Amino acid sequence: MLKKRLKQLVIYTILIGIALIVLYPIAWTIGSSFNQGSSLQSTGINPIPDQFSLNQYRKLFTETDYLHWYKNTLKIAVINMIFSVAITSLSAYVFSRYGFKGKKISMISMLVLQIIPSFTGMVAMYIIIWKMGLLDTHLGLIIIYVAGQIPYNTWLVKGYLDTIPRELDAAAKVDGAGNFTTFFKIILPIARPIIVFLAIATFTAPWMDYIFPQLVLKSQKNWTLAIGLFEMIDGEADNAFSQFAAGCTLVAIPFTIFFMLSQKFMTEALGAGAVKS
Amino acid sequence: MSVKGKTSSQKKNISLATIFSILFMGLGHILLGFQAKKMKSQSPKAAKKNALELYHILFFKGIIFIFIEIFALINFNSIAKAIYGLVTLGTVTGEKIMKNNDHSIFLMAEGLIIFLVVLVILAIYLYSVLDVYKINKRLATDQYFIDIDYSLKGVINDMFPYFVLSPVALMIIFFVFFPLLFSCLLAFTNYSMPYHMPPKNLVDWVGIQNFIDMFSLPNWKEAFVGVFTWNVIWAFIATFLNFFVGLLIALMLYDKDIKFTKGFRTIYILPYAIPQMINLLVWKNLLNGQFGPINLSLKAMGIIENSIPFLSDPMMAKVSVILVNLWIGAPYFMLLLTGILTSIPKNLYEAAEIDGASGLQKFRKITLPMVMFATAPLLVMTFSFNFNNFGAVYFLTGGGPDNVYPPGSGAGATDLLVTWIFELMNGMQKYHMAAVLSLLVFTIIAPFAIYNFTKTKSFKEGEY
Repeated sequence: MLKKRLKQLVIYTILIGIALIVLYPIAWTIGSSFNQGSSLQSTGINPIPDQFSLNQYRKLFTETDYLHWYKNTLKIAVINMIFSVAITSLSAYVFSRYGFKGKKISMISMLVLQIIPSFTGMVAMYIIIWKMGLLDTHLGLIIIYVAGQIPYNTWLVKGYLDTIPRELDAAAKVDGAGNFTTFFKIILPIARPIIVFLAIATFTAPWMDYIFPQLVLKSQKNWTLAIGLFEMIDGEADNAFSQFAAGCTLVAIPFTIFFMLSQKFMTEALGAGAVKS
Repeated sequence: MSVKGKTSSQKKNISLATIFSILFMGLGHILLGFQAKKMKSQSPKAAKKNALELYHILFFKGIIFIFIEIFALINFNSIAKAIYGLVTLGTVTGEKIMKNNDHSIFLMAEGLIIFLVVLVILAIYLYSVLDVYKINKRLATDQYFIDIDYSLKGVINDMFPYFVLSPVALMIIFFVFFPLLFSCLLAFTNYSMPYHMPPKNLVDWVGIQNFIDMFSLPNWKEAFVGVFTWNVIWAFIATFLNFFVGLLIALMLYDKDIKFTKGFRTIYILPYAIPQMINLLVWKNLLNGQFGPINLSLKAMGIIENSIPFLSDPMMAKVSVILVNLWIGAPYFMLLLTGILTSIPKNLYEAAEIDGASGLQKFRKITLPMVMFATAPLLVMTFSFNFNNFGAVYFLTGGGPDNVYPPGSGAGATDLLVTWIFELMNGMQKYHMAAVLSLLVFTIIAPFAIYNFTKTKSFKEGEY
């Protein structure tokens, strides 16, 4: 009995210790965002600010382009999601259901392509985007995102579609359904878990990507949140820390809630689609 | 008699059509098309329809091939010029930036695109000749087209995959394949600051000189060996430390004497839920040498007198990167392993208890093997992810502190190969060496990626 009590005491102590280590940075950041002063120096060590103030949030909206960045990021994320889902699910459908010349070689080349970190092609991407006149536009960035996710996600979605019995679409074909009708009426509804997974993945990806926005987007108004937040504390830095903390809080809270809600679904969908145990 | 005579006259056309196609892509198809039309009038009724459809298809194909060849011939001059540009990377240069100066990098990009287009045209040309040859052979043996499977509707239906995939393929070729190919080529040029930057200077092909430099010039060699060693150590520690801490937490929360597990779990998952970049940038400030609250707290508690240089001392910076990554990454394993722990059959433990096994024995003989078995593929995946974990380093330290390697390489103490490549491209503009490193990263990471894909369903179902 004593041994059990002792064990509980030790474990609870460790668990609470870890909880504090996890919570302190989060509490401290949220606390800093309500700080009166802007600099890192003024925030101190106490997560609860001495003087509660919404000053930083006000400044964030009036003195920086934060709202623009938020809108830009949301816009890019939504458009990226729509096009990625449309293109990737359709091409995965073709790879899963049709035999054609060059299929095997295309699948293997996509496998090889997604191995290399995509930003190594930065120089050429810059040239293409520039020559297309898409520098400093969101369209340029979206094209890079949509194209870049195709190889990996096509494999992923194809894996899921392969598990749907072929008899279903064969029957539809016999009844006279065309290629697209079969896809929209038969395949898509059954493949919903992996499609929603794909939608969430492509929606969340642009939020915190830093590399491509800083390659394509030049003017401050066009930035995304990632560059905006990064630049806020880069360089001279430290002076705008509380503002940065406010900006982070406004991104992290909805993001975290969304994550918590979709977490269980995401792991299940991925488990069903990707890794065969 | 008459049948035999017809066959021999067709045989003559076989060689003629094929030769026509070799001379000018598409002509063979047109010739065969007329042949099919002529045969239509001589065919029995059942074969008339087939002959007519064959005629349409051949004619249609022929026209397309002819257009492609005409297009290629019209642009022959500019194609030759582009290929010449790719080979020489420009010849005209001058001290002043002039309009007619050659811009090597543009020449290279254009040349590469044209080169790819030429390859595609050559492939089409080859296909057209083979196609004519095959159809011809069939016409000779099966003169009435009885079992012919050509039909316009059938051809269009067969085209469906290409119809859907060609825009996708174009996107991948332009925005994924081409950029990567281009950066491979850069590894064999001297494109770099300060002496080989267009439009002021020309860039030249240098063969494998960059690879030789990377492994023999002292400043590059030392930086490469250092960064590579740290990169491997980092990937190992980041993966296994996170795994074991995650496992430890999962085990503690799995203990039947512990309550409020759901609450603890919700708290622990937070770092994984918050965007990684925000976590890292916040930690960068937390660990700030002067005003960071970690240093201030430790001082206030009287544990230290002078600030700890968490991010500015090479050794400390490495430790910080690993620990912050633990803070961010352990929850992922906790989540994953909780799921696996619950799936271990309870009767295994009960049987072990009857045999008088201690808690430690149960862990070593049952829990650990079961968990390792289930997570091995994921560990490999995480290892290759961490090997290229750009954010974990870049947002926390930016690769610094910088003064540990000889100057000129641009590498810092905590730099991984990926962040070093980024710095070489983005800051120092030494594109040639960045490309060399990219190729190396590719060769290192390729086996892992291929292993990962052998674990996917697409691969296991076998049919691709």
